[in-house]
Amino acid sequence: MVTGKSVVFKDKGLPYLLLAPEVTLTAVFFIVPAVQALIMAFYREDAFGFSRTFIGFGNFERVLNDAQYVQSIWTTLAFSVAVAVITMVLALFFASLANNIGKKAIYYQTIIISPYAVAPLVAGVMWFFLMSPAVGVVAYALRLLGITWNHAIVPWQAFMLVVAASSWQRIAYNFLFYLAGMQMIPDSLLESAAIDGSGPVSRFWRITFPLLSPTTFFLAIVNTIYVFFYTFPVIHTLTEGGPNNSTATMVYRIYRDGFRSLDYGGSSAQSVILMAFVMVFVLIQFRYVERRVYY
Amino acid sequence: MRKLALLVCVVLLLPSFAFAAGEPEVVEPEFPLEIEMWIGLGGALGEEIERMAADFNAMQDEYIVNVIEQGDYAEAMTSAIAAYRAGNPPHILQVYDVGTGTMHGNPEAIYPVYQLMEDYNRPFDTDDVLDQVTAYYSDLDGNMLSFPFNSSTPIFYYNVDAFREAGLDPNDPPETWHDVEEYAEALVATGNYSAGFTFQWPSWTNMENFSAWHDIPMGTLANGMDGWGTEFVYNSPEHVLHMEALADFARRGLFQYGGRGSAAGPLFNAGDVPMYIASSAAYAGIAESVDFEFNATFLPYWPEIIDSPQNSIIGGGSLWVMDGHSDIEYEGVAEFFEYLSSTEVQAAWHQFSGYLPITNSAWELTREQGFYDEIPIHNTAIEQITLSEPTENSRGIRFGNYVQGRSVILDAMEAIFAGDMGAQAALDDAVRRGNELLREFERTVAR
Repeated sequence: MVTGKSVVFKDKGLPYLLLAPEVTLTAVFFIVPAVQALIMAFYREDAFGFSRTFIGFGNFERVLNDAQYVQSIWTTLAFSVAVAVITMVLALFFASLANNIGKKAIYYQTIIISPYAVAPLVAGVMWFFLMSPAVGVVAYALRLLGITWNHAIVPWQAFMLVVAASSWQRIAYNFLFYLAGMQMIPDSLLESAAIDGSGPVSRFWRITFPLLSPTTFFLAIVNTIYVFFYTFPVIHTLTEGGPNNSTATMVYRIYRDGFRSLDYGGSSAQSVILMAFVMVFVLIQFRYVERRVYY
Repeated sequence: MRKLALLVCVVLLLPSFAFAAGEPEVVEPEFPLEIEMWIGLGGALGEEIERMAADFNAMQDEYIVNVIEQGDYAEAMTSAIAAYRAGNPPHILQVYDVGTGTMHGNPEAIYPVYQLMEDYNRPFDTDDVLDQVTAYYSDLDGNMLSFPFNSSTPIFYYNVDAFREAGLDPNDPPETWHDVEEYAEALVATGNYSAGFTFQWPSWTNMENFSAWHDIPMGTLANGMDGWGTEFVYNSPEHVLHMEALADFARRGLFQYGGRGSAAGPLFNAGDVPMYIASSAAYAGIAESVDFEFNATFLPYWPEIIDSPQNSIIGGGSLWVMDGHSDIEYEGVAEFFEYLSSTEVQAAWHQFSGYLPITNSAWELTREQGFYDEIPIHNTAIEQITLSEPTENSRGIRFGNYVQGRSVILDAMEAIFAGDMGAQAALDDAVRRGNELLREFERTVAR
């Protein structure tokens, strides 16, 4: 990447002062709670906080011995892969269609981007009304086709539903980045390839796609993080993690065990596990996947 | 994550300020004093509670009861506990049935209602309260720790128009599960319905109430009412029979699972599924949204298990008084409870909401007013709950960590109904997981 000379402030006070608000906010809302969760993960505590017993790794043992928690790790991974692949493939497809099509491009682009403006909670409610076995339009249409849709009890349907609802919104985001990436590719490269007799498909795979690899890498990471953390509202409104935990991701479990069931110790232990998980995940991506990226 | 971080922050940071403001104030109190009441109900029911508080506020000028809707029951409870840890709890908190164990397990956090009424010389005639209600909210010595406010019980609703259309007699609704099966077959055969029956709050209607109705235990020690050492036993042959039958009905399209909580409601209300086990308090919502005639009867039973059914148990919420406030404020709370327990207020609340009248005199008054001639469904619920003298298996349930405990049961039910697991295996697994939660709770309350 570009390496420039670092700029040094002569006065030491000003930079700290300028950083202070950001650091304070981060500390209050992220660092301190994270540390508190780390501490809490080693204690057994009742809901009201009357008794607090240090139990070492007891909470971790309890959580990791719970087959359903282990299942939620797999659910999270499957969910991430599904959403990341679906959104990136479709976004790339749409972006290559919407790129270089003249003046009308702006209309297509606006339509494709618009779902991103919908709040995730609203999106969840919207999908709920489409797919509800009782009142859903799509569920009704499926029934006419002879397919019984009931995501309240059929695990794969519930999983498909949350994947679809999460991907739908996420395509817009991916599309934006791919489109911007494509517009950065110099026309001269594509033109000279065309002159050399390369067709549109081979131009895409040999020039456009490799040159988009930094974008792809970036999106793979942010999509994973998105699925890990930000799909909560969709799951909460559509399935509440059910049926039988088939859509309970790690984050959803933390919320449910901590804030609905008041199991603070177990929930904190899960937060710590999740934190470790995401760190390892990002590390692997930077370490191994990035090597194949052309900047 | 940001929301989560914020919540974690609220829960974790605030204890450091705990009780900083809890010292008794020397200054003369300024009237009117505000009494905060946090509730977990919304919509029409929430508004009705606000209206009741407004009536009380208008009756006297010393106290203002401020009703605050805190989202659903779980959110109200979580917020109140966080507020308690921050040293600023509400005076009154509405807690749902499954949260009762947590409140009982933390007596330091509460001011027992019987004690409150005694300390401030307010009448609180527990003899007038229905036995099933008293039992559900009393401690081992028979003292009422919370104020029973909105108690309901599940009943069997059915679509009268659908019955007629299928050639079934709406005046002869199903009594046993065999009848339900037969009726469901006839209804589904018309081709107009996606299934014959469904139910809301699956664990409450088909595990907790199923057990009480058939006089079989869900847990040892009188379903936990006699101590925290209870163990789940809901993997009995009777429970397996019921769950297997439901799975069979689901396979044959007679039963459609509608989801947890009240998610199944739209199936019945939209006319899609004509039989529905739901709370007596669901009445107002059904009446408001359906365009067909409906009625309700007792829950069905299995003649293989019991000759005639026992009695159903309650669910819903009760009002807890939180510790940490001044005498003069508690005086107001006691006065408010006296108002709430008056026969007229109770009867009006019952008639509006479909929640049970808590006292015999409110039941009596409603009967005298001829209300049941107009809406006989409301009488169905209370007759069902008082059908027999409650036994150890039908007084109620009190399990620690039961928010999770109930979720474990729901996991099992969903696995069974989806055909992913056999009933015995799923219930065995649930009992094992449930017992771990009970032991975990026992450890947290041992101090």
